[in-house]
Amino acid sequence: MTKVTMTVNGKSVSKEVRGNMLMTEFLRDELHLTGTHVGCDTSQCGACNIHVNGETVKGCTIFAAECDGAEVGTIEGQANADGTLNVIQQAFQDHHGLQCGFCTPGMVMSAATLLKENPKPTEAEIRHYLEGNICRCTGYHNIVKAIMAASGQDVSTIAAE
Amino acid sequence: MPKDHGIGAAQKRREDVRFLTGAGQYTDDINVYGQTYCHFLRSDVAHGKITSLDTSAAEAMPGVLRIFTGKDFEGIGGLPCGWQVTDKNGDPMKEPPHPVLAQGKVRHVGDPICAVIAETLDQARDAAEAIELEIEDLPAVVDMRAALETGSAKVHDDLEDNLCYDWQFGSDQAVVDKAFAEAAHVTTLELVNNRLVANPMEPRVAVAEYARAKDESTLYTTSQNPHVIRLLMGAFVLGIPEHKLRVVAPDVGGGFGTKIFHYAEEAFVTFAARQINRPVKWTSTRSEAFMSDAHGRDHVTKIELALDAENNFIGLRTDTLANMGAYLSTFSSSVPTWLHGTLMAGNYKTPAIQVNVKAVFTNTVPVDAYRGAGRPEATFQLERLVDKAARELGVDPIKLRRQNFIESFPYATPVAVEYDTGDYVATMDKLEEMIGIPGFAARRAESEAKGKLRGLGVNCYIEACGIAPSNLVGQLGARAGLYDAATVRVNATGSISVMVGAHSHGQGHETAFPQVVADMLGIDESMIDIVHGDTSKIPFGMGTYGSRSLAVCGSAMVRATEKIINKAKKIAAHLMEASEGDIELKDGMFTVAGTDKSVAWGDVTLAAYVPHNYPLTEIEPGLEETAFYDPANFTYPAGAYACEVEVDPETGKVTIERFAAADDFGNVVNPMIVEGQVHGGLAQGIGQALLENCVYDADGQLLSASYMDYAMPRAGDVPFYMVDHSCATPCTHNPLGVKGCGEAGAIGSPPAVVNAVLDALNHAGHDVAHIDMPVSPHRVWQAMQG
Repeated sequence: MTKVTMTVNGKSVSKEVRGNMLMTEFLRDELHLTGTHVGCDTSQCGACNIHVNGETVKGCTIFAAECDGAEVGTIEGQANADGTLNVIQQAFQDHHGLQCGFCTPGMVMSAATLLKENPKPTEAEIRHYLEGNICRCTGYHNIVKAIMAASGQDVSTIAAE
Repeated sequence: MPKDHGIGAAQKRREDVRFLTGAGQYTDDINVYGQTYCHFLRSDVAHGKITSLDTSAAEAMPGVLRIFTGKDFEGIGGLPCGWQVTDKNGDPMKEPPHPVLAQGKVRHVGDPICAVIAETLDQARDAAEAIELEIEDLPAVVDMRAALETGSAKVHDDLEDNLCYDWQFGSDQAVVDKAFAEAAHVTTLELVNNRLVANPMEPRVAVAEYARAKDESTLYTTSQNPHVIRLLMGAFVLGIPEHKLRVVAPDVGGGFGTKIFHYAEEAFVTFAARQINRPVKWTSTRSEAFMSDAHGRDHVTKIELALDAENNFIGLRTDTLANMGAYLSTFSSSVPTWLHGTLMAGNYKTPAIQVNVKAVFTNTVPVDAYRGAGRPEATFQLERLVDKAARELGVDPIKLRRQNFIESFPYATPVAVEYDTGDYVATMDKLEEMIGIPGFAARRAESEAKGKLRGLGVNCYIEACGIAPSNLVGQLGARAGLYDAATVRVNATGSISVMVGAHSHGQGHETAFPQVVADMLGIDESMIDIVHGDTSKIPFGMGTYGSRSLAVCGSAMVRATEKIINKAKKIAAHLMEASEGDIELKDGMFTVAGTDKSVAWGDVTLAAYVPHNYPLTEIEPGLEETAFYDPANFTYPAGAYACEVEVDPETGKVTIERFAAADDFGNVVNPMIVEGQVHGGLAQGIGQALLENCVYDADGQLLSASYMDYAMPRAGDVPFYMVDHSCATPCTHNPLGVKGCGEAGAIGSPPAVVNAVLDALNHAGHDVAHIDMPVSPHRVWQAMQG
């Protein structure tokens, strides 16, 4: 067992963990933050995407012990301080960018880092960036649209021809 | 002005808030006090005899509570099949046992052999490694044609061969033969409908607990239909009466058909929790899902179309081999028969149609319904065939379709169904406008200037949804009724809980269903909640699949709400000392016609529960009504789809440039949700056409058992879609006039994509008649090399 200390969604946490405990297990089982989902076992689907020191990381590919001392963000920490949806979350709701909701936390976390790196991404840039996030419900149309809208772009004419 | 309330409003989804904040509660998020963990030891060979199995060393491992084997299930029921198909010789289909844990033999990679229960998941996995198991390999049956040859190895020793049934359906043989004898032209096509894996993003999970004091079991499971699971598992597998069994399907992360079925793991954890008197949890990994979730499609077909000298379709016959896998999954037998053969008329008035289907057992994962279920297979055959006929005859493929459209309704097909409404000309007109036919030549020239080939593919589709009239499906072999149910519980203060048999796992029922009730009562949607997914709370409804939720369960909800209105009017009449016949309900107010008297919705609901001034001698207190709704017919959504592709002649890679879908779903309750359903279906259809393929090698090893090997469509593989549902011909036989929209995208899109690729290649001078899906760069490039 190893003791790890990290900041998760702004709160400091300390726990004894197994050396082979993944961040997905740490968040879900130890901290009961079940918004981070596990959709595959080959680091392909991105349902487990979290932020570690400001970068998107697949929670299933990093050990809790590796995050010792890190600043970790999960979907549970994304809403505004008053509990309302943040700009990206609100755009996903406004543009129907989710259906079953299972891939959604990972999508929102990826979108957040994308918009930090590239505040006005093109459609092609968004589609490329989401290569590591699989959604089976939406056909991606409304996810891409939501991210464009969250970046302040006019989406009213998309596929309206 | 677009509506913002009631039927027709594009209301934002209320369920989104919990999903967007990580507050959804999926089955794997449920942990029960005292919970143990289950790990299945699964077969790593396709076909074999278990010659020795020793669990003693594993049982002594740390944390292990118990290891179950097939012996623990001797005398306990196997997993049932819900549909009895009759062979053309009059015999019932072959229905071999489907054990929960292997009984002496394994029949596919992934077949569960043992289950280890331990205090932690790691302990259960470690112990499984210590189980001493020997399997004598037997020859694997993989290819369907080889499986039917005399002398083939057999999947089930007790059966004569690997044939489950040989089914024939449609027009009389003589009528079909005559059409072909008189044909001026016959087009023939052999094709494969590739095996797919549904892959909802949430893998399956089952958690069971047992309350010994009350002899009650609870199963939390990733299901589209908790009551169906309770009935099948309780009555046919474990022998637990319904009142001692509760099945809960909480938030479910997508289904697409594969979460309809009753699975061994659900029965196992429920059984084991009773045996060890501790809760048991099983969470599938994705790799495990690939080898244990029922697969979809996997048909091999030869189809022929007879045309007269004027290019009218005069006859159609089709021969299909349908893979059942190693066992019959819950609705497997119905998919290639009643959900496929009945759709072979498509949108066309072909007078003579014959459908032949041989269902075949192989040493592969069971195959069952996947989004569309039988209807995509029918559509793909027919719409590829019509396109091939057009090319052979040198006529425009859209014109050939239009010429043969059914134009008057109701229309009884030669394959047993009667389409109530439709307007195939209107959806085709709309499609041509959306995709921009006149601009295609310029777009093609633009692609060619870049060194790319460009093609345009079009197809139509029809589906039978709103499943299904119980008396009809009963005659066809269904072992269940296919009605649905809703209870509308109006509370004293006027708020409403609607308990429904349908289950939402992405479809947005929690938003759309209240729009209907709110519209009927003239109150705000925020006063209404939908309750679903828990057999202890909801009436006995059959769940969500076959694009049925709104058409069937929504109709039950309308009927129950009508009963509420009738009773509320009686109460209002009493309160206003008026005649019941004069009471009107509008905007949440009851008024007396021709007077200024009124009482509010809340006054009436309060009176129902505090009946001080109330007609107690005539009606009961309270305001709660249940309705069961059994549809009179299927619904028939239909439409026309078009796809434009670019093909890179250097690599064979296909890129979807434009996709348009013109659908007729009848009336629409929430257009935003409907469009989202179409988008998702389109991506799955494009995935089938270009990317996805579930592959076994000759030994029955599953080669595509992870996202590294099975190509799921990603954001970069698909375009923005153009969708339209304005050409609506409302369903004539349900109260909402709705037809269902969940499967259309997946049914209608694969032929458009393949037709477009073939158009690109043929226009560039490559004489290519067909390419099987997925139309991968390798296959396209090979086809271009002749």
